[in-house]
Amino acid sequence: MIAGLLDGLFNGISIGAVLLLAALGLAIVFGLMNVINLAHGELIMLGAYTTFVVQNVCKLLGGPWFDLYIFPALVLAFVVAALVGLVLERGVIRYLYGRPLETLLATWGVSLILQQFVRSVNWVLVIEIACFCSLFFTAWWFLSRRSHLLRIRNRVLGMLLPLCLAIAIAIGTFLGETFKLAVTQPWFGAQNVDVTAPSWLRGGLALGGLQLPYVRLFIIGLTIVCVAGIYWFLQRSTWGLRIRAVTQNRSMSACLGIPTQKVDALTFALGSGLAGVAGCALSLLGSVGPNTGQNYIVDTFMVVVVGGVGKLGGSVLAALAIGTATYLLGSGTLALLFLPVKPLADFFTFFANTSMAKVMVFVLIIAFLQVRPGGIFPQKGRAVDA
Amino acid sequence: MTTEAAISVRRTDRRRRRVLLELGIVLAIALVLILVMPVLLSGFRLNLLGRFLALAIVALGIDLIWGYTGMLSLGHGIFFALGGYAFAMHLKLQIPPDASIQLPEFMSLYGVTELPWFWKPFYDFNFSVAAVILIPALLAAVLGYLVFRNRIRGVYFAILTQAATIIFFNLFNGQQQLINGTNGLTDFKTLFGAPIGAAQTQFVFYCLTVFLLAGAYALCRWLTSGRFGSVLIAIRDDEGRMRSSGYNPTGFKVLVFAVSAGLAGIAGALFTLQTGIISPRAMDIAFSIEMVIWVAVGGRASLVGAVLGTILVNFGKSFLSEQYPQSWLFFLGGLFLLVVMVLPNGLIGALRSQAGPRLWAILGKRQYVTTYPSLETDPDVQHERQNFRN
Repeated sequence: MIAGLLDGLFNGISIGAVLLLAALGLAIVFGLMNVINLAHGELIMLGAYTTFVVQNVCKLLGGPWFDLYIFPALVLAFVVAALVGLVLERGVIRYLYGRPLETLLATWGVSLILQQFVRSVNWVLVIEIACFCSLFFTAWWFLSRRSHLLRIRNRVLGMLLPLCLAIAIAIGTFLGETFKLAVTQPWFGAQNVDVTAPSWLRGGLALGGLQLPYVRLFIIGLTIVCVAGIYWFLQRSTWGLRIRAVTQNRSMSACLGIPTQKVDALTFALGSGLAGVAGCALSLLGSVGPNTGQNYIVDTFMVVVVGGVGKLGGSVLAALAIGTATYLLGSGTLALLFLPVKPLADFFTFFANTSMAKVMVFVLIIAFLQVRPGGIFPQKGRAVDA
Repeated sequence: MTTEAAISVRRTDRRRRRVLLELGIVLAIALVLILVMPVLLSGFRLNLLGRFLALAIVALGIDLIWGYTGMLSLGHGIFFALGGYAFAMHLKLQIPPDASIQLPEFMSLYGVTELPWFWKPFYDFNFSVAAVILIPALLAAVLGYLVFRNRIRGVYFAILTQAATIIFFNLFNGQQQLINGTNGLTDFKTLFGAPIGAAQTQFVFYCLTVFLLAGAYALCRWLTSGRFGSVLIAIRDDEGRMRSSGYNPTGFKVLVFAVSAGLAGIAGALFTLQTGIISPRAMDIAFSIEMVIWVAVGGRASLVGAVLGTILVNFGKSFLSEQYPQSWLFFLGGLFLLVVMVLPNGLIGALRSQAGPRLWAILGKRQYVTTYPSLETDPDVQHERQNFRN
């Protein structure tokens, strides 16, 4: 009985930790900036693919490199996802602040593009994109610098866009015809790829008849480090103070000389980078594919909504609660617990698999939001639209 | 007769004439679709067109709640699929009376010996047709009531509907024995004794789709034109003020959400009839968001735009997936970005704001000014508009 309970607790916490890690970036992007980033899942996926690449490089280097690849992978995953996030914020989202529904649609578009990009990325595509960007953005830069060209800038750019696209595609097709498979072979393809955990993360810690896998412990530890780091960053550092100030009152902060645009970019990059870290951790748990991000997006949003938007502590609690509930329902522990009461046991047996447990958890979430529409820790304030 | 009475009579006259004109145009388009299109298009393309017209009915529903009422639902796939399933269940029960097993064939595969209770009412055609509309509408009403009562709105509503989509997907995906899980319901044989796959039956379904689309258009037009429509737009533009004026938006929102879900249900049933399959994939998150982009491309808060957008995007999809299968997702993603960043009001919106005034100018008529006329001539306002757009 005790062992069963401990087992349930551990698994619940470990599912919760994964959820929390995935939701942490969202808690910042959605919670602090109020930006709905549906591409968050794809940033997680990019982190996982970065880990895959780092793993393969380290495998080539061999020896101690392969044992420790996870640490450079964590850093690189953070950097890659943060850079993509930065481009996303500067290129798309900054034009859409204050229009949350439009942001939602735009980021969904980005997520579709990222998914297909991972599926079909190869040298040709990379060269095409590089060509296009260098041509188009050089033109942009040139036109923006000359003040007498500013008036015709947009029209010229509109004409240059298809031209640059055509040149890039022509170069890509030419290369594809010349070098054939060497450049047209997709890097990852549509299939899932596998990341093998380093040897010291395999196996588990035996604890009184229980087996606690090291990977899970590693993820729990990583989550704790991330949450602590974010807490420290937001509460103690100068930029954290600025982020909080901009969240509370944007125009006042701007008046006091806080560079709000920089703060926005930084916050978004930070949230995206955390998604990358989450992806790195997730890749240890199972194979990753282009659709990996999709599986997490709804769960992570639920964590943030249930926790209370803008509250880090709420997200922690909500992730643990949702994780534990999902495990208890999905594994059938509750069905066993209620075995003496026949109808209850039948009821819980019906929900005793992963997908049905999700159904039940969603019903519970809706019920919970009836009691506390603002989440566990609602935002205090006197706004009309809470 | 006083002058005022005369003016009001003239106004009703003009309105009646306008309604008649629109009715005529809709009828003409319906006739073109039914009489001319079969001659122009091959059987395969005609079937595609029929499917897209069915999808246009969902788009009308989404336009109703998003374009007019400002609630972005990412869960219309649920209602679409529920309508489809309701009718598919009726079709699966068209078992010849002399068959040895009086069960849909997948059930005997999973060892089910007795028809589950919730399948039984679907023997009845009338019940099934009612279920196609009422089950989604009721579900939407309950969900909507629970959500709107707590003043959950905007993006939170969108996220919740998205979560609901994934939940229903899981629910339907997991039930192998009851509704054939992942594979969905397919392989329909007959309806009223007519073989479903036959070209003639399919043409009947096509005509039915055209008529129902026209009906749905009329319903949405009626709902959005009168006072009810004004209330919806008021909810979209400023719900807080609406509440302060003594209206309770919850009832309106629940009602319009339910109507929109009912429309999605009809569309689902028609789509199922024409594709011959309904599976949990119709409740895919991606599909539900795609529905929103149809409306966005055409132009939200424009019923014609919703229909046009659906047909354009879907024909684009079928063309691109045939020619360059890899590029479709790039294209769709780009479309999302383009519509949001460049064409926030869609094609119809762009037409209205750009081409409309120009056309009036060419015809030599006075321009229709939507704001205060004095604003249009104020140089300060013009300057601000040019420099601080958005």
